[in-house]
Amino acid sequence: MARITLEGLAHSYLPSPAGPQDYALKQLDHVWEDGGAYALLGPSGCGKTTLLNIISGLVRPTRGEIRFDGQDVTDLPPEQRNIAQVFQFPVVYDTMTVYDNLAFPLRNRGIEAKAVDARVREIAGMLDLSDSLKRKASNLTADAKQKISLGRGLVRSDVAAILFDEPLTVIDPHLKWMLRSQLKHLHRRFDFTMVYVTHDQTEALTFADKVVVMYEGEVVQVGRPDELFERPAHTFVGYFIGSPGMNILPAEVSGDRATVEGHELALGAAYGRLPQGGKIEIGIRPEFLRLVRAGAGESRGLPASIRKVEDVGRYRIARAMVGGQELAVVAPEDGEIPADGAEIVFDPQRINVYADGHRVQEGG
Amino acid sequence: MERTWNNKGWLFVIPVLVLVLFSAAIPLMTVVNYSVQDTFGNNQFFWAGSAWFEDLLASERFHEALWRQFLFSGIILAIEVPLGIAVALAMPRKGWGVPVCLVLMALPLLIPWNVVGTIWQIFGRVDIGLLGHTLFNLGVDYNYVSDPLDAWITVVVMDVWHWTSLVVLLCYAGLVSIPEAYYQAARIDGASRWAVFRYIQLPKMHRVLLIAILLRFMDSFMIYTEPFVVTGGGPGNSTTFLSIDLVKMAIGQFDLGNAAAMSLVYFLIILLLSWVFYTVMTNVGRETGSGTGSGGGR
Repeated sequence: MARITLEGLAHSYLPSPAGPQDYALKQLDHVWEDGGAYALLGPSGCGKTTLLNIISGLVRPTRGEIRFDGQDVTDLPPEQRNIAQVFQFPVVYDTMTVYDNLAFPLRNRGIEAKAVDARVREIAGMLDLSDSLKRKASNLTADAKQKISLGRGLVRSDVAAILFDEPLTVIDPHLKWMLRSQLKHLHRRFDFTMVYVTHDQTEALTFADKVVVMYEGEVVQVGRPDELFERPAHTFVGYFIGSPGMNILPAEVSGDRATVEGHELALGAAYGRLPQGGKIEIGIRPEFLRLVRAGAGESRGLPASIRKVEDVGRYRIARAMVGGQELAVVAPEDGEIPADGAEIVFDPQRINVYADGHRVQEGG
Repeated sequence: MERTWNNKGWLFVIPVLVLVLFSAAIPLMTVVNYSVQDTFGNNQFFWAGSAWFEDLLASERFHEALWRQFLFSGIILAIEVPLGIAVALAMPRKGWGVPVCLVLMALPLLIPWNVVGTIWQIFGRVDIGLLGHTLFNLGVDYNYVSDPLDAWITVVVMDVWHWTSLVVLLCYAGLVSIPEAYYQAARIDGASRWAVFRYIQLPKMHRVLLIAILLRFMDSFMIYTEPFVVTGGGPGNSTTFLSIDLVKMAIGQFDLGNAAAMSLVYFLIILLLSWVFYTVMTNVGRETGSGTGSGGGR
């Protein structure tokens, strides 16, 4: 069990990086609390795996420091770090039995046979592998192999953290949630720190206590799932999380008013000084927009024309145009969607203001 | 169930059958003919039955050549397989070194057999060869023309030089197909260098290695040109391998019956050994994996 501190971390795969564009991982400070379940979420190529490999010691960062419980491990190789890692494609030692696979990390560390046996049987029991201990690992299904990979991490009692690199990619959908709930169960039982890399938001949001969202080599937000949904710290988080993603509109903001496409909107709070010269946008989730018929008493709406309506089952998604901007609106299954002469009403409390992509605090 | 017969298929197969007939089956039948008959020329043949075979199997000359042949193939495999694996492991996996190494490795394979023989024949000569003369000046008593051991060393080293590349290239192909995650997992599991080789690299090379061993065995068992060019089977009979002996018998002495019997026995030995090799090697690593029924569950 350990608390993992990353300080001033940055990594470039080039020998002599010139500017920020050469860095796969830009300046990063973060603390993974002991016993936390974290998801590392982001699109492909955003630096998630690089960060994971730096934590496990497979990659040495260009700059910065990694500490486990205060001890500097930046220069330690993976085998000395008490880290377990589960990879995207199941890694099993084909010629060994399941038992030998699980015993392998312990035997490599010179632990006596009796202790190895007890530990292997215990872990196999927890992972439902007891029945196949004598079988060859190469003949098993992908999900069983992935369990073995995980098991090789769990057998080591000294493991400080388990890192998962998109471990469910090759698993059948109906087994995914089973494995995931098994993981959560194991996490509660052992209380190790878990870092789970994924590009699947559902996986991240259901698995983790805290989600770390990465974008182009930077951590753009760390937060609970509800925080990511309601207060995305970056327009990318708004767009990436949620289905459909957040609507982002260029706007002019002064005080508690915003102007979008020549129409004025009320904001939930007043915004004092906004960064000069930056690109100012407002963001609102499709769930917090309402479509009404024009002149139905409520004004404050923005006139819109509906482009198309997608019925996704429990609700409908309307694609509307306000001036030159496209907006997605979540409309209830039975509500009316006016074909023309519609207005979109914004919930002022749910509007976030962004300057150059980053969220602006109210008041400030 | 009704099956449609399409006899056009035969049109595609017949050319191959004809080719095999003329290139393998008919020549083989001629050999069989010679092996059971005696002839004194003039196209006159006398039935000899199994006499030639009995002669051959009782002959000391055949036993010695056969023994030499096994020794040679054994030495070749014992050197070329471990050496090939070692070189393949040492080769770079990425960067500019890869094409350089691959080309260097492929070079010996591109040289014709008799040229390889000639190169080494000259290379090893004590009067003008770089190797032979250098050894001579260093005071080493090396002469492949007169010393059987020196002749053997020369022939073995020549074969290693010529054919280790084949093992290297096949093993290398097996090695580069191993995903990086395996090495990373092994590091995290604290595996030693030996364990990485034993449990990751060797299992992944297993198939190509099997092919390499089979090819090297068959090839070395049939070796003719290179030792013939270098030593001509000498000194004495010390490097007279089976095929050299066969040619001596058939063309040198014109013992067609003996030679034909020997050809057939030679052929059967290679066929049998290759089959045994293949069955044994493909079953290695499978024997413990057959407990599929016992596990139950998933």
